[in-house]
Amino acid sequence: MSLAAPLKKEKKKLIKPKQIEVQKIMKPVKDIKKLQATIEVQDLSVSFIQYTKGLQQKDLKVISSLNIDIHPGEILAVVGSSGSGKSLLAHAILGILPSNATVTGKITYKGEPLTSKRQEKLRGKEIALVPQSVNYLDPLMRVGKQVRTAVKDGDPIKAQREVFSRYYLKPEVENLFPFQLSGGMARRVLVSTAVVSGAQLIIADEPTPGLDTASVKEALKCFRELADHGAAVMLISHDIETALKIADRIAVFYAGTTVEVAPVEDFKGKGEGLRHPYSKALWGALPQNDFMPIAGFQPLPSALPPGCLFEPRCSMVTPDCSKAQPEARTLRNGMVRCIHAT
Amino acid sequence: MLLKGENIGFRYGKGPWVLKERDITVESGEIVGIMGPSGCGKTTLGRILAGYEKPHEGRVILNEAPLPKKGYNPVQLVFQHPEKAVNGRWHMKDTLNEGWEPNDEVLEALGIEKAWLKRWPNELSGGELQRFCVARALGLQTRFLVADEMTTMLDAITQAQIWHVVLDVAKKQDIGIIVVSHEKHLINRLCDRVIDLSPVKVS
Repeated sequence: MSLAAPLKKEKKKLIKPKQIEVQKIMKPVKDIKKLQATIEVQDLSVSFIQYTKGLQQKDLKVISSLNIDIHPGEILAVVGSSGSGKSLLAHAILGILPSNATVTGKITYKGEPLTSKRQEKLRGKEIALVPQSVNYLDPLMRVGKQVRTAVKDGDPIKAQREVFSRYYLKPEVENLFPFQLSGGMARRVLVSTAVVSGAQLIIADEPTPGLDTASVKEALKCFRELADHGAAVMLISHDIETALKIADRIAVFYAGTTVEVAPVEDFKGKGEGLRHPYSKALWGALPQNDFMPIAGFQPLPSALPPGCLFEPRCSMVTPDCSKAQPEARTLRNGMVRCIHAT
Repeated sequence: MLLKGENIGFRYGKGPWVLKERDITVESGEIVGIMGPSGCGKTTLGRILAGYEKPHEGRVILNEAPLPKKGYNPVQLVFQHPEKAVNGRWHMKDTLNEGWEPNDEVLEALGIEKAWLKRWPNELSGGELQRFCVARALGLQTRFLVADEMTTMLDAITQAQIWHVVLDVAKKQDIGIIVVSHEKHLINRLCDRVIDLSPVKVS
């Protein structure tokens, strides 16, 4: 039998595409805070062992004492410049860091510690990653089949068709190869994979760059829907504007730590509602705001300042700032790491 | 001085026409934005204006003459991905001085530290590399600059830092800028006028 035969059969079935009513995975969640956090990261540090000269080793700390938590039904956006450790956090949660990385701190998933054994069991099932680009799809497999492989229970073909119709992917799309997809279609296929797996925690790594406004909107809508059906979503992005459109809270990363976690409503006006000077500077630098840069750069992991990581660039700096890295504290329904924040 | 694209038509291989009968004029000192959905030929138009591609129809004219084939190109292009626009086997110093030798003033304004000059490209972040690419393109003979999604991959602060320097130098040297971008707010902030490059329906 030729390989094309089963596909032909499927095509026949497809002649009359039916728009299938999709039942909700879970009831919409109203009160987020009362529920147990889907994921909680406390004091996470990640360092890499590197060889400097000959056999001399060096410990390079790239993430230091980082805290976040995401509740079911919530979208937490993680924003920060490149090199601030956003993607590494995702990789640490999934347990896919390279072997020379050391992770300390506590990650709990649904109240239980997330050990490497549990990570292995959960990733791809309860914890799903929506990767950055179409390059993460198998180039030699038709996309419909790829999405089916992610289905854990029930009829894979039915599940895949349901999800495709939900994301306005035409029935023909399932027989296409990744190279035949446009950027926006590829993004929806990647999201579909995460949806059919029934994941409770979805980590989306830079899902929007290079897409035009319409496609961005569409991709973001997918995530909002997932969250409304009870999943916890972590949206990693360097672009605050994207984050503002759908997130509930925003975690601002700088040089490998969270400097602030704020409800999305605080990002408005001149940024008076924000807590950390870096978040304020980031907000003020947007073209639709003041477009005002601040001097200097994010420090490299090999040359971190001893005290507050933002101290060299901060306008509110005092001698106390360089003494120690400020502890994370709760402030006005958010978190901040700055001794001056009010 | 005037950079002019006249009746430009372009397609890749035997594919559909990406651009057809497109006219564009940019004056010195002017900042023009090019917007449009993915795949409508924004990047292609930028590449044609900077002489990276030859249009199949029409021509590009700079100051009443075609673009020079040799020497320093007065129409400079800065790409979206700086790591793909520098030679990985060159020290940053050589990359920086490829077209001209930027003076300390420019380097300082862009925040390029002296220590970085001895580094390799893979030792710098995207934001740091993009500063080099911008410095490299702002030579004294540059008349027009095509910024193709120049700051899309960068965070807001770095984006503002780089654009402030570019606008400053452009004003001093009377450079015309063509900004290719998806970001409406950025275009609104920077540009004197905007060209919407909606797809042309030509079979």
